[in-house]
Amino acid sequence: MLPTGWHRRRMEVPNRRAEKPLIQNLNVIRVTRMLANMWHAASLAAALVLISANAVSAAPNIAHFTLPNGMEVVVIPDHRTPVVTHMVWYKVGSADEQPGVSGIAHFLEHLMFKGTEKNPAGRFSQLVANLGGQENAFTSNDYTGYFQRVPKAELGKVMDFEADRMTGLVLTDAVVAPELLVVLEEQNQRVANNPGARLGEEMNAALYRNHPYGKPVIGWRHEIEQLGRTQALEFYKRFYAPNNAALVIAGDVTADEVRELALKTYGKVARGPDLGPRRRPQEPASEAPRTATLTDPRVTDPSVQRSYLVPSYATAKPGEAEALDVLAHILGSGSNSRLYRSLVIDKSLAVSAGGWYQGTALDQTKFGVYGSARPGVELAKVEAEIDAVIGTVAAEGITDDELSVARTKLISEAVYAQDSQAALARWYGAAITSGMTVEKTQTWTDRIAKVTADEVRDAARNWLDKRRSVTGYLLKGNAKPAEKRS
Amino acid sequence: MTMRAPSIRRGGLLAVLTLGMALIAQPVFAAVKIERVVSPGGIVAWLVREPAVPLVTVEFAFRGGASQDAVDKVGLSQMTAQMLDEGAGELDSRAFQQEMEKSAIELSFRTGQDNFHGTLRTLGAHRAKAFDLLKLALGAPRFDAPELERIRAQTLSGLERETQNPNAIARRRWWEAAFPNHPYGRNSGGTIETVAKITPDDLKGYAKRVFAREYLTVAVVGDIDAPAVGAMLDQVFGGLPAKATLVAVPEAKPQKLGQRIVAELDVPQAVINFGGLGIARKDPDFIPAYIVNHILAGGSFSSRLYTEVREKRGLAYGVSGSLLWYRSAAVFAGSTATRNDRTKETLEIIEAEIKRMAAGGPDADEFAKAKSYLKGSYPLNLDTSSKIASQLVQIQLDDLGIDYIERRDQMIDAVTLDDARRVAKRLLDGGLLVTVVGRPAGLTAKGEGG
Repeated sequence: MLPTGWHRRRMEVPNRRAEKPLIQNLNVIRVTRMLANMWHAASLAAALVLISANAVSAAPNIAHFTLPNGMEVVVIPDHRTPVVTHMVWYKVGSADEQPGVSGIAHFLEHLMFKGTEKNPAGRFSQLVANLGGQENAFTSNDYTGYFQRVPKAELGKVMDFEADRMTGLVLTDAVVAPELLVVLEEQNQRVANNPGARLGEEMNAALYRNHPYGKPVIGWRHEIEQLGRTQALEFYKRFYAPNNAALVIAGDVTADEVRELALKTYGKVARGPDLGPRRRPQEPASEAPRTATLTDPRVTDPSVQRSYLVPSYATAKPGEAEALDVLAHILGSGSNSRLYRSLVIDKSLAVSAGGWYQGTALDQTKFGVYGSARPGVELAKVEAEIDAVIGTVAAEGITDDELSVARTKLISEAVYAQDSQAALARWYGAAITSGMTVEKTQTWTDRIAKVTADEVRDAARNWLDKRRSVTGYLLKGNAKPAEKRS
Repeated sequence: MTMRAPSIRRGGLLAVLTLGMALIAQPVFAAVKIERVVSPGGIVAWLVREPAVPLVTVEFAFRGGASQDAVDKVGLSQMTAQMLDEGAGELDSRAFQQEMEKSAIELSFRTGQDNFHGTLRTLGAHRAKAFDLLKLALGAPRFDAPELERIRAQTLSGLERETQNPNAIARRRWWEAAFPNHPYGRNSGGTIETVAKITPDDLKGYAKRVFAREYLTVAVVGDIDAPAVGAMLDQVFGGLPAKATLVAVPEAKPQKLGQRIVAELDVPQAVINFGGLGIARKDPDFIPAYIVNHILAGGSFSSRLYTEVREKRGLAYGVSGSLLWYRSAAVFAGSTATRNDRTKETLEIIEAEIKRMAAGGPDADEFAKAKSYLKGSYPLNLDTSSKIASQLVQIQLDDLGIDYIERRDQMIDAVTLDDARRVAKRLLDGGLLVTVVGRPAGLTAKGEGG
């Protein structure tokens, strides 16, 4: 449900610094998945059938409760090391911004490190650093998150600090101005310097004609340039409150410990006004396939990619999102996937090819396919073959072997996810701030195990319809061709 | 497997990624029990048993990475890494991939300058199959021609793309200039010319020379006991030749310090790489140097460079530096990216901060905070099987001893402020080689040949 390419496709924007290169070519997105957990006994049983007997030992249950002020709490115990991952997720992202101030959710996330009345700038970060801890923050379309990873004994302290900055932020123009420059450099690094990312922005804007997912999470550059202290504080006061937040803690803790600490810290923050349901303008029916073409002298291999508007886990009918996950795996994940085998291996049309599904989203989401042409191959041939592969699955369905391998792979990745408390915390945090529930997340593997071949074929038939899509072409050429008017 | 990003990472990256972990210990972690397992056949592995999660992770390295590639076949080591899961023994590429998929086995290989690395992850219940596949991959790789051509096409595509990527250009130009006529100066992924020449026989030759028991390092983490690890070691690695055939890599130091190279590329944001002399991992000054680097340019969001370049002036999204160590060289290397019209200013600030640190060293407060950070961050970096396994391999490659984790805090505590000041000068006073890629306003090349 959460491909790692997620960061890019959802334009989830981490705040401070990235260890890895931030910018990759779109053509080589690797759609590995970081999937559901297996703590739940029922999931366990289902998975065992598919994976192998006795593969999985029993694991503790996740605790889920709500504080009196409305703050949701999820606890994921992992007692292997004396460390905790502490995350606060706000149920607000770039899709909740008003028109004209795109990027304010992300800019505010940066500004959240500028201190409060009680804890001036740098004090919280210094505490985390003195402990040898890690901290960062990230913004997506649907949520904004802040986290620290610290020794378990220090959990109460970081909760205290994080609770304080839920409502205590103080901003001066002196700190806001340089941070805006930082964000503009971040935009340069992620987007302006990268032709593939620039095309991605264009495709998104064309796919979502009415829904705010069409805006970049980082914002449109001309609007970022105009952001300031006032808009940031307005957004902050409106959306940052315990009843619009979820606390997710994974690591060497128990639910009781967390409950006690949470009541002493977050529990003391006053409930904010009721924000009501998160309703964004929805997409109209679409009749015309769209295209976006970006030419840049720095492009080397021409590539084609397509995004389809499809249901997310939050909007799908029962079983449909699971079928889309299985479909994405069969079409586009790994060297035995249909797209890779056909385009890269059998027909030697492409150097890379694949597909992905971003299931975690509050509103209608994206299913993507892509191919990057081999030297000398016309891009039209690559696109035609992608169409042919999708057409075959829609017409003839998939084999039982393919279904079985895909289910095994998806479910086993949920077992692998048990190895990382931080990965589990992120997975649950993203789910519950994107319209899903803890319970649905826990039983995800059960439902993957029940996906049928017919459902996968129907998912291709119903949703991979060109009229619901944007096709993007990344081409080598003059960046700014003379405008032609006729 | 597929879609392997043909991004060509130089060996340094591995060192960067493991650097934080290579240093840091915490009393709580002394509790982690590392067993030294010797197989019946005499192969050694370090094991951490972790029955809580039903997984087994095997991490291993053979000495002899990209630095073993001949000048006209640079990229061979990396190509070998990409080809090892493309068929072995009776299994062609498709069958091999299917076997992995059916049992959800994850197998991957990568190369650095000094070592060739592999990682196996499997559910405990499928470990027998997983070990079989790993044995096949290492002992009987097929290197079939169609697969080689496919991987070659992907590699060439990645190399082409790198010619337009400011980060890749800045990095390459730096290493080429710093290590002329030395393996470390070559891009470990090769060049368009050298990759075009690699043959199946070259791949076979590399595997034969490097995949040997002589310089093998193994770590295992997960739900498996010592006898099973011993059996695995003999099964997987026992059939490999006893001796490796490696070419010596001469000791080297970064050259052209004091020079600046500017490469034009039409991008709004210029990329800057800077670096100079490092300090060897075995040098007694390494830990003081690591503390100094942390204060100047290191990981938490409080370094001098981060404060001056990002926090105060908003010149960049990120700026950092690291100590890198190889078997035959040590380097201090850093990077940032900033708008073209302020690149000159950014570089001047970085150079001034490095000079200031070389001249005066850290102050007492930042020194104490850095030590606290470096000690505390260890367990946080060891919270998954994969991270622990990588760390155990790195400790062995660096020859730090099985009790290193327990000794680490003391080693950090033993560093005095005077040590740090002396080592700051030693580390940072030698001048910088700088590469800049973009359209930096008012910034020109400096030094011979420019």
